[in-house]
Amino acid sequence: MFRSKVRTILTILAIFIGAFTLTLTNGIGAGISNYIERQIGNLGQKDVISITLKPADALPDNNAPDKYDPTRQSDASSGGFSDVLREKDIESIKTISSLSEVEPTYTVAPDYISAANNEKYKIISSFLGGLTKLDLAAGNQLNAATENNELVLLEDYVSVLGFSNANDAIGKKTIIAITDAFGTQNTVTANIVGVQRNGLVGSSGTAFNTALIANLYALQTNGLPEASKNKYGAATAKINGEITDEKITEVKKQLDSLGYSGSTTEDALGAFNAVIDTLTLVLNAFAVITLLAASFGIVNTLLMSVQERTKEIGLMKAMGMPSSRVFLLFSAEAVLIGFWGSLLGVLSAVGLAQIVNKVLASQFLADLPGLNVLEFSLMSVLGVIGLIMVIAFISGTLPANKAAKQNPIDALRYE
Amino acid sequence: MTEKVLEVKNLDKSYGKGASLFQALKDITFSITKGESVAIVGKSGSGKSTLMHLLALMDKPTAGSIAIDGENVRSLSKQKLDLLRNRKFGFVFQQFFLNGSSSVLENVILPLKIAGTENFERNNRGLEVLKAVELEDKAKSKANNLSGGQKQRVVIARALINNPQIIFADEPTGNLDTTTGETIIKLLFSLNKTKGITLIIVTHDPDLAAMCDRQVYIKDGKLERITP
Repeated sequence: MFRSKVRTILTILAIFIGAFTLTLTNGIGAGISNYIERQIGNLGQKDVISITLKPADALPDNNAPDKYDPTRQSDASSGGFSDVLREKDIESIKTISSLSEVEPTYTVAPDYISAANNEKYKIISSFLGGLTKLDLAAGNQLNAATENNELVLLEDYVSVLGFSNANDAIGKKTIIAITDAFGTQNTVTANIVGVQRNGLVGSSGTAFNTALIANLYALQTNGLPEASKNKYGAATAKINGEITDEKITEVKKQLDSLGYSGSTTEDALGAFNAVIDTLTLVLNAFAVITLLAASFGIVNTLLMSVQERTKEIGLMKAMGMPSSRVFLLFSAEAVLIGFWGSLLGVLSAVGLAQIVNKVLASQFLADLPGLNVLEFSLMSVLGVIGLIMVIAFISGTLPANKAAKQNPIDALRYE
Repeated sequence: MTEKVLEVKNLDKSYGKGASLFQALKDITFSITKGESVAIVGKSGSGKSTLMHLLALMDKPTAGSIAIDGENVRSLSKQKLDLLRNRKFGFVFQQFFLNGSSSVLENVILPLKIAGTENFERNNRGLEVLKAVELEDKAKSKANNLSGGQKQRVVIARALINNPQIIFADEPTGNLDTTTGETIIKLLFSLNKTKGITLIIVTHDPDLAAMCDRQVYIKDGKLERITP
C-alpha cells in the first residue's frame, strides 16, 4: 500500500471527494428537514387536527358546480369556500372519544396592541389558537386551560412596544383593543408569557390563548343578532394518546362518518416534506455516483499493485501462503483505502459545515434563526463510512481474486 | 538404512491436449536420501526446472507419485501442501526475489509470517539465521542496498529460518560473479554438512554439479543417467 505513496494518496483522495460530497448532501437534507420539523411545531403539534365540514360534493374531483344545500351556510371568513360549523357540529365532534379539547376556531380581528410605552401597533391574531408549540426565543408556551388572557409576542414587537429585550417582555401586561358590531372599541388586558422567534411559517399572526380569543370574540360579536353569532369556519381538537398513522386514519374515518373532514399539520406540510425528501435523494444519488467513479480508482490502483507484486505473491505462495490469505491481503488494502478516504472526507465535511453554518446564520439566513443548513447525526456519519468501506471491499474483490488465483510458477518466472 | 526424504516414481508432466500436447517430463524415477546433496543437471529447456517445481510441490504431476518422508503427497489437500512447503522446504532462487524496499530482517522472516509465528520469536529467529550467514549487522538495512552476494546470503538465511528439511536451489549462482558464487556455494554445502539439510540444486553448470554427492541428468524430459 505504501510502495507507491502517490498512487495510494490519489486513490484515497478520490474516495475522500465522494465521502465529503455524500456527507454534505446528507447534511443539507437533514438540516432543512429538521428545521421544517421544528417549524411544524409552529403550525401545530402532531396531535392537533383541524376539522371542517365535509365538502357538500361527494365527488370532490368533479369540476361541476355544487348544488345549493339550504341546510348548509357559507362561511364568510373563508370567502364561501367552506361551510360553517355551528354549536351542534361542535357537540357532534365532541362525541368522538379519541378527540379532546374540541374548540371552534374563532377568527378575531383586533385593532391594536399597546404596552409599556403606550404606542399602539396593529396586531393580527394567529389562526392557530392556543394548541400550537411555538419556536420560542424566551418565556413559555401558552396555557390553554387557564382563564387568564395570555399571548406570545412576536419577536418583532419586542422593541417597538418599549421592551429592552425578549426576556424583559415576559410577564408584562399588554392592552388589546377590538371593535364590536356597534362600532364601539373595547379593550382587554393580556399577559405576555413568551416571545416567539421569527420563522419561516406561521409567524405573521400573534398567538393568543383560548381565554383571550374567547374574550375577544365575545367582544367582537357583541351586538350581532343571535343567528350571526357562533358560526365557525373550522374547529380544532387534540387527538388523545399515542399518535400513530393508524390512529390518525381512524380519527379521520370517524369524522368522515359524521360528515366532517379533518386534516393534520402533517397533511398540510406533507407535500413540502415530499419535495425536500426528493431533493435530498437526488443530491445523495449524485454523491453516490461520484463514489462509484472513485471506486473504479480503487480497482485500478489495486490491479496495478497486484501486477507489480506478482513475484512477491508467487514467492509467498511457494512458501506456503494459502490463496485465501493472499485474497485477504489485497482485500484489506482496498478496505483500508476506503476507510481512510471516508473518514477524512466525513470529518472535513462536518468541520466545513460548522464554519458554513455560522457564516450563513450571521449573513444570509439572519431572518431564519435556528436554521442549521447542515446537520449531522452520528448514525448518518457512520453509515456513510460503512457504505464506503463496503464499496471499497467490493471494488477490491476483482484484483484480490486475481492475486489469489496466480500460479506461483508463472509468477516466479515473470521477468 | 538411511531414510529416503524424497521419492519419485514414474513422474510424468505434460501441458496441453491432443495435437498440442507437450510432454515436459516422462517417466522420471529416483529417490533422495536425507542429508544428501543432489544436482539436477540439464540444458536449458530440458525440463529440470519443471522437475524441481514438482519436487517442491509447487505443481502437480500428470502421472506418477511423489513421496515426502515416506508419505504420498497425492492425497494431500491444498492446505496440507501449503503447510508442508512452509514447514519443510526452503527456497533459493537465481533472481533472489527479495522485497527491495523492506528491511533485510523483514525479508528473512517472511516464511515465519506466513506460518503465523509470533512477532518476538520471528525476530529472534531472524537474527539467528542472519548470524549464520554473517549478516546480522545488516538486519535493519534496506534489502536493495546490498550487493548481489549479500542478497543471496539473505535469501539463504530466509530459506533456513523455518528449519527446513530440504533446500531447493534453482541456479543459485546464476546472477553472481565467480568469486561471490563460490562463497555462496560454500555456505550452502556447509549448511548441508553441518545441519544435515538435504540440498537439491538445479543447475546447468557441470562444475557445481560435480560438487554434489549425486547428479541426476535430465535430457528432453527424460532421465538420462544418475552419477555416480
